[in-house]
Amino acid sequence: MASVVSAGKKWGDSLSSRPENVGLGVMLGLGVGAVALAAQWVKGPSAMLVAIAMLAMVVGLIYTAFAGGLEARKSLAPYGLLKPGMIWLCLFFLAPLWSMVVMSLSSKAGRFDFFPDFTWNFENYRIALTKFRPQFIRSFSYAGIATLLTVVIGYPLAYFIAFRGGKYRNILLGLVVVPFFTSYLIRTLAWNNILADEGPVVSLINTLHLSGIFESLDIMQNGKLMNTPAAVIGGLTYNFLPFMVLPIYVSLEKIDVRLVDAAMDLYSSASQAFRKVVLPLSLPGLFAGSLLVFIPAAGDFVNAQFLGNPQTTMIGNSIQDQFLRQLNYPVASAMSFVLMIIITIIVLIYTKFMGTEDLA
Amino acid sequence: MSTAFSKRQKAGQRLVNVAAGAALLYIFIPIFVIVLFSFNEPKGKYNIKWQNFTLNNWAHPFVEKELTSALWVSLRIALIATIVSTILGTLIAMSLSRYKFKASGAVNLFLVLPLTAPEIVLGSSLATLFLNRSVGFGYVTIIIAHIMFQISFVAVTVRARIRGFDWTLEQAAQDLGATPSRAFWKVTFPLILPGIMAAALLSFALSVDDFIITFFNAGSLVTFPLQIFGASRVKISPQINVLASMLLFASVALMAGAMVLGRRRERRHAGTLSK
Repeated sequence: MASVVSAGKKWGDSLSSRPENVGLGVMLGLGVGAVALAAQWVKGPSAMLVAIAMLAMVVGLIYTAFAGGLEARKSLAPYGLLKPGMIWLCLFFLAPLWSMVVMSLSSKAGRFDFFPDFTWNFENYRIALTKFRPQFIRSFSYAGIATLLTVVIGYPLAYFIAFRGGKYRNILLGLVVVPFFTSYLIRTLAWNNILADEGPVVSLINTLHLSGIFESLDIMQNGKLMNTPAAVIGGLTYNFLPFMVLPIYVSLEKIDVRLVDAAMDLYSSASQAFRKVVLPLSLPGLFAGSLLVFIPAAGDFVNAQFLGNPQTTMIGNSIQDQFLRQLNYPVASAMSFVLMIIITIIVLIYTKFMGTEDLA
Repeated sequence: MSTAFSKRQKAGQRLVNVAAGAALLYIFIPIFVIVLFSFNEPKGKYNIKWQNFTLNNWAHPFVEKELTSALWVSLRIALIATIVSTILGTLIAMSLSRYKFKASGAVNLFLVLPLTAPEIVLGSSLATLFLNRSVGFGYVTIIIAHIMFQISFVAVTVRARIRGFDWTLEQAAQDLGATPSRAFWKVTFPLILPGIMAAALLSFALSVDDFIITFFNAGSLVTFPLQIFGASRVKISPQINVLASMLLFASVALMAGAMVLGRRRERRHAGTLSK
C-alpha cells in the first residue's frame, strides 16, 4: 500500500516538474472522457469511474498549478484557456459524430423504433450509396458548378475592390456581406420572385424571343426558369458568393503592387502580368474560397427545396427527409457519414498543402 | 503600336470594372426585391407576383403572430448562445495567439473542422446524440447547437483580429506595478474588445439566421427561419419581407456605426501619436 502511494507521489512529482505535459494531458484526458460519457462508450458503473477519473485529473491539475509556482502556472495557462471551449466541442461536435457512426450501423425493429440497436448493419450504407446515388451525384455536380460560377463572378469583384477600391475598399467589402444580414431563407425566396413564371426575367427573355437559346442550354425548361436545375445552381451560387469574394480579396490585398510594375517594366503585357504574377499569388484565396463555397453548397437542401423540383433533390434533402420525416435515422446517418468522409478528405488534402490559416 | 497596346489594356480594365459592377448588382438585386416586396399588396397567399404598392404591411409589421413570436424566440436564443460562445471562443483565441505551445497546430485543425463540416452533418449528428440520450428538443438543444458552431467562428475571428497584438504592453503595465489581472483588464482587454465585439455581432447574426442545424434540433420549437420554411408551403406573407427588411436596416446601421466609430478611434490614436 505504502509503495503504491510513494509511486503515485513520485509520478506526480515527475509530472509537476513538466507542467506543460500536465496541461496537455489533462486537456486530452478530459476531452476523451467527455466524448466517452456523451457518446455512451461507457455506461453505468464504468461511467462513474470515468467521471471520477476526470475529477481526479482536475484535482491533479490544480495541485500542479499551486505546487509549481508562477512558472508552472504560465505554462498551464494556454491549456487552461482552451479547456472550456474544447470540452464543449468534444461533447457536442466529436461525441455526436461517434453517435452518428454507431447509428449508421444500427437496425430499426420497426418504423417507430426510436432506439435502433447497433448490429454492424452495413445495409444502411448500401442503401445510401445505391438508392441515393443520384442525390450524391447531383449534390457534388451542382456544388461544383456553383463553385466555378462564384469564381467567375467573384474574382473580378475581389480584384476590383483590392486594386481599384481605393478608400472605398471597406465600404465595398461591407456591400459584399450585406446579404448575410438578411435571412438565408428569405434571400432564397427572393429568387422565387425574380425567376417566377410571370416575373421580370422570364418576360424579358420572352419579349426578346431568346427562350429558344435558353431552352437549348437547358437553363429553361418548358418556358420556366423556376424549379429547374439551373435555378438551384443559381441559388447556390448567389448564397455562397461572398465566401469566394472575401478570401480572394484577402490574398489579392497582400500582393505588393510593385511586383506588377516590375513585370510591366520587364515588358510583360498586362495580361501576362496578371497570369504570371497576380493569379499565382491569389491562388491561396481562390482555393480557400472554393472550399468555403463547395462544402456548404454540397450539403445544402434549402435551394433545392425552394427553387428546384423533385428531380433536383440533393443529398441534404434526402438526409433531412429520411431523418425528420421517415424517422429512418440509420440510413440518414449513413448518408451523413458518407458526405462527411468525402468532404473531410477534400479538407485534409487542402490543409496539407495550404494550412488552416486562409480558412478564417 | 504602343497606343494599340494601351488601348487593349484599357479595354481589359474596363471589362474588369463592368464585371465587378455586374457582380455587385447581382448581389443586390435580391436585396432590392426583398425590400420592394415588403411594399407589395399580394393577391392570394403568396407574395410572389408584384401587384400594388402599399404601406399597409409596414404599418402592421407584427400582425402575423406566429412570425413575430418566432422572431423573438430566435433573438432570445441568439443572445444566450452568443454570450456563452463569445466567452469560450475568445479564451481559445487568446490561448492560440498569445502562447506558443505543443498542441497549437492540432488545436487549430480541430477548430476549423466544425467550420468545414457540412451543416447537415453537424445538425443530424447532434440530433442523433440527443435522441440516444432521450434529451427533449427545445430551447436547450438549439442553444447547445448554436454555441457549438459559434465557438469555432468566434475563436477564428478573434484570433485573426488580435494577430499582431503587442502582448508586451501587458508586461509593461506589470513592470509599472500593476497586478496581472489589473494589467489585463486595464490594458489588454480594452484593446482587443473591438475584435471581440465584431466577432460577437457576426456570430449573433449567424445564430439568428441558422436554419439547417436548428431544423434538426428544434423539436416543436419554432425559430424565425423555421417559421419561414414551414409557412412557405402554405403562405408567404409580405410581413416576412417587412421583418427581414427591418433586420437588414438595423444590422447595416450597426455595421456602418461600428465602421465610423472605428475610424474616429483610429484618427484619435493617430493624433495622439503624432503629438
